[in-house]
Amino acid sequence: MAPDLLGPALALSAVLFSIGAAGVLLRRSAIVLFMCIEIMLNAVNLAFIALALLHGVAGHIMVFFVMTVAAAEAAVGLAIILVVFRHKQSVDLQHVNLLRG
Amino acid sequence: MTEAVFYIFAAVAVLGAAMCVLQRSAVSSLVWLLTTMFALAAIFVLLQAELLGVLQVLVYVGAILVLFLFVVMLLNVDALRQYSRGAVSTAAAVAIGGLLLVELFAIWRYTPARLAAELAQSPQMASDLALAFPAASTNAEAIATRGIVGAVAAPMFQTYLVPFEITSILLLVALVGAVVLAKKRL
Amino acid sequence: MPTATLAQEAVVMPTGAISLLWLTVLLPFAGFLFNGILSLRRSTSKAAVSVVGPAVLIAAFAVAVAAFFQLQGLHPEAPIVLRYWTWMPVGDFQIEMALQYDQLSAIMLLVVTGVGSLIHLFSIGYMKADEGYARFFAYLNLFVAFMLVLVLGASYPVLFIGWEGVGLCSYLLIGFWFTVKPNADAGFKAFLANRIGDFGFLVAMFTLYHVAGALDFVTVNQWLLANPQLVDTGIVTTIALFFFLGCTGKSAQIPLYTWLPDAMAGPTPVSALIHAATMVTAGVYLVARSNVLFAMSEAASIVVAGVGALTALFAATIGLRQYDIKKVLAYSTVSQLGYMFIAVGTGAYVAGIFHLVTHAFFKALLFLGSGSVIHVMHEALHATHSHADAQDMRNMGGLRRWMPTTFWLMLLATLAIAGIPPFSGFFSKDEILAFAFARGEASPVFYVFYGMGLLAALLTAIYMARLMAMTFFGENRTGAAEQQHLHEAPAIMTWPLIVLGVLSVIGGAINLPHFVGGNEWLHHWLEPVTGAGHALPWVAGLHLPEGATEYALIGIAVLVGVFGLWFGMRSTLARAIPTPDAAPPERGFARVLANKYWVDEIYDRFIVRPVVGLSRGFLWKFMDKGLIDGAAVNGPAWISRHVLGKAGSLLQNGQVGLYLIFFMLGALWILRVALG
Repeated sequence: MAPDLLGPALALSAVLFSIGAAGVLLRRSAIVLFMCIEIMLNAVNLAFIALALLHGVAGHIMVFFVMTVAAAEAAVGLAIILVVFRHKQSVDLQHVNLLRG
Repeated sequence: MTEAVFYIFAAVAVLGAAMCVLQRSAVSSLVWLLTTMFALAAIFVLLQAELLGVLQVLVYVGAILVLFLFVVMLLNVDALRQYSRGAVSTAAAVAIGGLLLVELFAIWRYTPARLAAELAQSPQMASDLALAFPAASTNAEAIATRGIVGAVAAPMFQTYLVPFEITSILLLVALVGAVVLAKKRL
Repeated sequence: MPTATLAQEAVVMPTGAISLLWLTVLLPFAGFLFNGILSLRRSTSKAAVSVVGPAVLIAAFAVAVAAFFQLQGLHPEAPIVLRYWTWMPVGDFQIEMALQYDQLSAIMLLVVTGVGSLIHLFSIGYMKADEGYARFFAYLNLFVAFMLVLVLGASYPVLFIGWEGVGLCSYLLIGFWFTVKPNADAGFKAFLANRIGDFGFLVAMFTLYHVAGALDFVTVNQWLLANPQLVDTGIVTTIALFFFLGCTGKSAQIPLYTWLPDAMAGPTPVSALIHAATMVTAGVYLVARSNVLFAMSEAASIVVAGVGALTALFAATIGLRQYDIKKVLAYSTVSQLGYMFIAVGTGAYVAGIFHLVTHAFFKALLFLGSGSVIHVMHEALHATHSHADAQDMRNMGGLRRWMPTTFWLMLLATLAIAGIPPFSGFFSKDEILAFAFARGEASPVFYVFYGMGLLAALLTAIYMARLMAMTFFGENRTGAAEQQHLHEAPAIMTWPLIVLGVLSVIGGAINLPHFVGGNEWLHHWLEPVTGAGHALPWVAGLHLPEGATEYALIGIAVLVGVFGLWFGMRSTLARAIPTPDAAPPERGFARVLANKYWVDEIYDRFIVRPVVGLSRGFLWKFMDKGLIDGAAVNGPAWISRHVLGKAGSLLQNGQVGLYLIFFMLGALWILRVALG
């Protein structure tokens, strides 16, 4: 029964990933950008779990690691946003152009 | 029956994601993201990944999103006057999003029927797969023998031990890094 | 009628002196290295150089003599080729570093090493006071080494090594006192004029290789003789004419002779060795060596003879009005070389070589003698701090009182060059004119050449007598104070002159004609080399006139010589000769002659300046600076900086959003590739 959900699950994963990608390209606020990245990560997790129905538990383990790394990344990323906020008093990405060359 | 439930939760997830992207206020986006994640947790359970469903709620929703919330509240960021990055970015977002969607639908070909057919045709592929996924006993079997947690735990601490340990170090580094970055004075 | 064939080359590698032939080249080269190293040290003992410099030459001469006698004993019909190693193996084309010893090389070898040795000895005295003593002998040795490569080479490329090498040494030696700009310019001019000739030589070699497939003398001659249908064809004429262009450069004929008078800026021994006896004769040697080639093309031979005749006459006229003693001799050399080319152009290759040898004797003597005179004049003027020109004949006069030996020897040489019997010059010059006259029967244009040659002989006698009169006769114009310092040249300088004097007198003996009871030794000696050329149709009928014609020609030649000498003496001594400061400006035709027909000025205006202008304006400014530097080199740099750089910097505006877009595009692409 569950393997029949494989297709739709993958489709859902694709949709969510695209929405997340669009959001990353669209939003100006850094925090919301991060959230969109989280959407993308979740979509990928869904894909892994869906395929685990075919290929076994390895998929779940992968998701495990993805979640862990996502957590670490979120922590550090938000810390960076914090520091930038202290400098610029805003999280607007248009103002963060220190890498200009 | 399961399918109907799936589709309902799928719809919720998509709606949540869309609203998260389109909301002006950061907090609103956060709340919609929350919704999406819950829906996904439900879907995980439907896909026989019960452990991960629970972990999704505990870790993702319970920790990560809460962290987001803390930061949002702490910094008192709310709505920005202009929430998109300009016309170019909007156009790019739509275009690239659309393209991605189209491309990702290519994954659809890995439906079980197709996959089974390919496996039957080439034994080489079967052995490759076995090599790539060492802990490849199917879900149901694994859960049946060792239970929900055991199904994941056994490969984790045997085949995937090294990545596990590295991940723990990663978490340590992230911890220290976050503290160092965010401190006002070292 | 002998058939036109050439014997196969001798396969036997002989022992004895001939196998030591490489020593003749290597010894002078070793001398160059030794003297060259010594010249680089600050203070050098001149004694070592004085010993080594001439010694290597004398040793080479000894080898030459021994080899000559060995060759005489062997009587080979074909040249002996000594192969040392393969120089350029390129596919089918093999040039070997090989020396060829046959009767012609033997003669040339003797002349070069013999006269060279005498001049080296002379230089010990002449250059005694010079700072660059060691350098001089180094260059002189190097020159001889290259000249020997030239005359001993077994193929055109090896000959060309020597050809270019002597050109280089000529440049080095003409500009020996290069700190004085005119001297450096003279060296440069010589090199450039020779270069134009070298271009001709190269084109000829390329063409010859293209048609014949080989470049060594033996094979080329065989090929030419095996293809009699090539006689009088365009290709043979072309090759011959291009070789002749090289000859006009190296042997100072019209149009490339202008470097030789300027070359007198070098030390006098250089003028004697290089510009009288050896280097300038390389062109004549080349034609003699390629006698088969030239005999196959009537047109080319007529051109050679014609240019020779014209040059002989032209240069002789200029010599009539020159006041620098060395310039007179320079134009005389150009004129005499013209005679040699008349000879080889007529098909009388032996006569050309004969005159080459006798000319080496008496012209070297004349130059060395003038060198002695200049040496003494220089010392005298230096002692009284006078700024007069030591080489201007108007400053001399009556020197025979103080320099009797030099005077008598130069008188002998003058008689030789004027063609007075029984001196050597008479026999050689007479033979040339006789052959030219004989050829006139088949090609009437040669009567014209004969006439020009005869007129040139008259003028030769006149200007030589003028030279002797102004220098040694009459009253002395050097000045009372300087007279006390005039004396004979030292022994080291007069002894070589004496040897050359003797040779100038008896030198005719090597080819005495039948009517005086001689056996024409040189003619028979060179038969194996020139025989093939002589057998070809165009040359075949050539032989000396007999009987009444013969005596008539001889009589005319002698009369012309005697009359010229008498006239020259009379007209020069008839009036008092003014010193250079008091000299009135030249008028009329004399002015044209004194200005050497303004040839240098014409060349400068019509050739040199346009070429330089073209080079500077177009080739340098437009092509080199503009196209190559500007567009090809600086252009890409400018584009990289201002176009690509600016475009690149637009991509790095620091906006995270832009970066993210590119990021996503990249991810899309990878996805596409991964999913197929």
